[in-house]
Amino acid sequence: MKIITCIKQVPDSEAKVTAQNGQPSWGEAPLVINPFDEYAVEAALLQREAQDGEVIALCIGPDSAKDALKHALAMGADSAILVSDPALGALDSQGAARVLAAAIQKIGGADLAIFGRQTLDEGTGLTVSQTARALGWPLLSFAGSIKAEGGKITVERVIEEGKQTVSAAAPAVLSVVQSIGEPRYPSFMGIRKASKAVIPVWTLADLDIAAPAPVVTRAELLNPPVRDQACEMLTGETPEAIAETLVEKILAEKVL
Amino acid sequence: MDFELNEEQRMWQKTVHDFVAAEIKPKAHEVDENATFNWEATRKMGPLGLLGLSIPEQYGGSGVDAVSAAIAIEEIGWGCGSTGLAIAAHNGLGTSPIALYATDAIKKRWLPLVASGRAKLGALALTEPGAGSDLQGGVRTKAEKSGGEWVINGAKMWCTNASIAEYIITLVRTNPAGGSRSLSMILVPTNTPGLTIHPAEKKMGLKGSPTHAVTYEDVRVPLENLIGEENRGLQQTLATLDGGRISIGALSLGLAQSALEAALDYSKTRQTFGKPIAEHQAIQFMLADAATEIDAARLMVYRAAWLKEKGRPYSKEAAMAKLFATEVGERVARNAIQIHGGYGYSREYPVERIYRDARLMTIGEGTSEINRMVIARQVLLSH
Ligand SMILES: Cc1cc2nc3c(=O)[nH]c(=O)nc-3n(C[C@H](O)[C@H](O)[C@H](O)COP(=O)(O)OP(=O)(O)OC[C@H]3O[C@@H](n4cnc5c(N)ncnc54)[C@H](O)[C@@H]3O)c2cc1C
Repeated sequence: MKIITCIKQVPDSEAKVTAQNGQPSWGEAPLVINPFDEYAVEAALLQREAQDGEVIALCIGPDSAKDALKHALAMGADSAILVSDPALGALDSQGAARVLAAAIQKIGGADLAIFGRQTLDEGTGLTVSQTARALGWPLLSFAGSIKAEGGKITVERVIEEGKQTVSAAAPAVLSVVQSIGEPRYPSFMGIRKASKAVIPVWTLADLDIAAPAPVVTRAELLNPPVRDQACEMLTGETPEAIAETLVEKILAEKVL
Repeated sequence: MDFELNEEQRMWQKTVHDFVAAEIKPKAHEVDENATFNWEATRKMGPLGLLGLSIPEQYGGSGVDAVSAAIAIEEIGWGCGSTGLAIAAHNGLGTSPIALYATDAIKKRWLPLVASGRAKLGALALTEPGAGSDLQGGVRTKAEKSGGEWVINGAKMWCTNASIAEYIITLVRTNPAGGSRSLSMILVPTNTPGLTIHPAEKKMGLKGSPTHAVTYEDVRVPLENLIGEENRGLQQTLATLDGGRISIGALSLGLAQSALEAALDYSKTRQTFGKPIAEHQAIQFMLADAATEIDAARLMVYRAAWLKEKGRPYSKEAAMAKLFATEVGERVARNAIQIHGGYGYSREYPVERIYRDARLMTIGEGTSEINRMVIARQVLLSH
């Protein structure tokens, strides 16, 4: 069984997003593997343990995104590939899907391509379905458990209405939710392997595609208006005295 | 000169930190209040490699470098002193003598088991009612050969992990003549008849790390359970303690770091005289001293670990690191309580627990006085 797990590097969940010159900025926040994607890696490793095979972690991002891939390697993925190209600056989810699909094809396909349900930064949750579309593979989304048997993939979807069991023939694209199981911590043995790993970097030329033009562009991004509020605590000897001060303040501010 | 951790060490630090933040720190209060050992987190440590820090990969361990081992103990100590002491003792005292000195058969029999997280841990019993700092002169527990077995009689004190261990490595007198060549280490499985592990001591702190008196009445184990060479137990012990000192220094660092972080948080929110106490110079000076001393202690601990890893002599540096880091730990925790005012004295806040936990560190695995002796001896010799 060959499993590709698609992961993204995102700002840490404690980071605060602000608009800087019309672009979202997370400041100096540390970058981590998208927490939802850790479940995707866990799902892939569980499948490998059940079926034998290999797990390949795939990521689009700048060179620093290798750290996210190393996290996947330290958790136990067998290999990792980074797609990185200066032309991939403004990638929307559809563009990312096209690039991922091209990379998955260059890898030589797989039985499963497993994604997290969404990313922490953009949070559209669209890339997974768009990748399935670009590959022409069936999509099994929001999987809470996965069973692969004789080329048939059966998942239990965890959706608002309850649970739903669906299946499709491999190869398939999957997104997973938390009930797949807590992502394992990397082990020291895994870290040792990951820190020595040389991660191949594929450019658009390697994938033989041009940079996908964004279909969605952000016209403008503004910070929410700042409310200028000051809080003043009034003190006094008695409640009457405090009330007196309050009335004076209200009159002085011409609120009444 | 390079003060940077390498990539492997950085990834390891982050992994252990995240693990401790999720699995250990949230339980630290409960573990101390109820005097229970945190088995749940310990089970999960096996797969991470935290229970096999001193064990080579071929025996199921993670065989980490000495700096990574120090980092691991520092991070666990940051989360919980009790858990930190138990895990430090397991790795540094309970498994490293086996990894360093035991026969292949003993290594295969015990190391994969205790590294896995599926079994109990390891323990080392040196101290006795009449022997702590002075092991050479004080150890009375003796082992005699009889019918292809060691027969052990005696009593040990203050054995960390005894009740949660698969075995206790026991320092015994094997040569009644005495002297530096009269002690040996013998592995005693905890289910051996004649071995009694007494109820956990009631301690000032570290309540989630069980410590026990252990008695041996005609305890019989095979001759093969000898660890290392007969009558070389003292030398093996002293070498083990050199490593253990780095570990206790690292544990103190973690405790100090945790106390400083609590003090920083509190000082920014508590207001007196119209401003956060963090804006009062007296508080700032305590915070500045704490940050500075922790930094110095960390450099010393990592340097001692680095020397150990390089295979260079490190006994003086380990003693210095232990001495300094443990005293820093105590001072920083003390001042963190001071910064918290009355609330610092309350069990609702973590700093009083950290203070009680940190207090042990200047005593266990070589008191500050013994470490000063070790340092003084070497300083005087080298001049
Ligand atoms: C929580 C806890 C866990 C422990 N875990 C373990 C364990 O797992 N295994 C184990 O074997 N032991 C363990 N110990 C024991 C610990 O290592 C000893 O308590 C320590 O070595 C000191 O020995 P002692 O208590 O006999 O003190 P003593 O040796 O009696 O020392 C008393 C005082 O005299 C000082 N002193 C001693 N000799 C000199 C000297 N020559 N010059 C100047 N001052 C001196 C000491 O510094 C100390 O201040 C543990 C202790 C505690 C409290």
